[in-house]
Amino acid sequence: MKKPLKSSSALDEARLRQQAIGAKLRQMFDDVVNEPVPDEFLEILRRADGAEPENG
Amino acid sequence: MGRGRAAATGDDTARDRAFRAELVALIPHLRAFARTLTGDPTAADDLAQEAMMKAWDARASFEMGTNMKAWTFMILRNQFYSEKRRSWRQSQLDQEAAERTLVAIDDPAAPVALNELRLGLGMLPSEQREALVLVGAGGFAYEEAAEICGCAVGTVKSRVSRARRALLGILERGDYDRDGAAAGEAMGSILAHAERLSGVR
Repeated sequence: MKKPLKSSSALDEARLRQQAIGAKLRQMFDDVVNEPVPDEFLEILRRADGAEPENG
Repeated sequence: MGRGRAAATGDDTARDRAFRAELVALIPHLRAFARTLTGDPTAADDLAQEAMMKAWDARASFEMGTNMKAWTFMILRNQFYSEKRRSWRQSQLDQEAAERTLVAIDDPAAPVALNELRLGLGMLPSEQREALVLVGAGGFAYEEAAEICGCAVGTVKSRVSRARRALLGILERGDYDRDGAAAGEAMGSILAHAERLSGVR
């Protein structure tokens, strides 16, 4: 297994890694954002809203 | 009353409807933020639901047109910490659960980087984790994150930068300890993924 060169580019590499982690972090967050919202959420809100059911 | 009641309070109703629509649009974001705070999908949805209801109950105190996302995140965060104080033992249980998960993801072909990032994130002090998530993933400006966390802008900046350093260290050293075998592999996997994302040929 070759190791990456540790040279003057070490700083650039650190920056690249930070960017990579940042991208992954956003992906992790966005993955949840893009999940369908469980029905429970809207049901709870509807109940609290005091709105009568459409076909009550 | 009851049957046949007219919509007498038209303005309130319209405002509530607008508030409700905006709140509903924020649910996915609340779920995501809750997930990063609790690390557990079920607990996160409980937390997100509680925050959503608190926001709904407090809708009269919200000024329409201001940043509802930041406002609801602040509510969710406060809710999280007030519950956490009540059940500090839970975090120990969570830790154990995380360690079990760690053992469970031993398949080298599995897309481990996300899991390891999650575990690494879980090892950060909570104030660093939330700052990094808000700014690095939630799309908040430092100023907004400071408002959500109830601290100074400079504090958020330093927490984010410490979190980034610590997380890099954890991932590079493989401090999350998957059997010692794959230390450093998480970073490689994250990098490889990032290169794909950025469209490197």
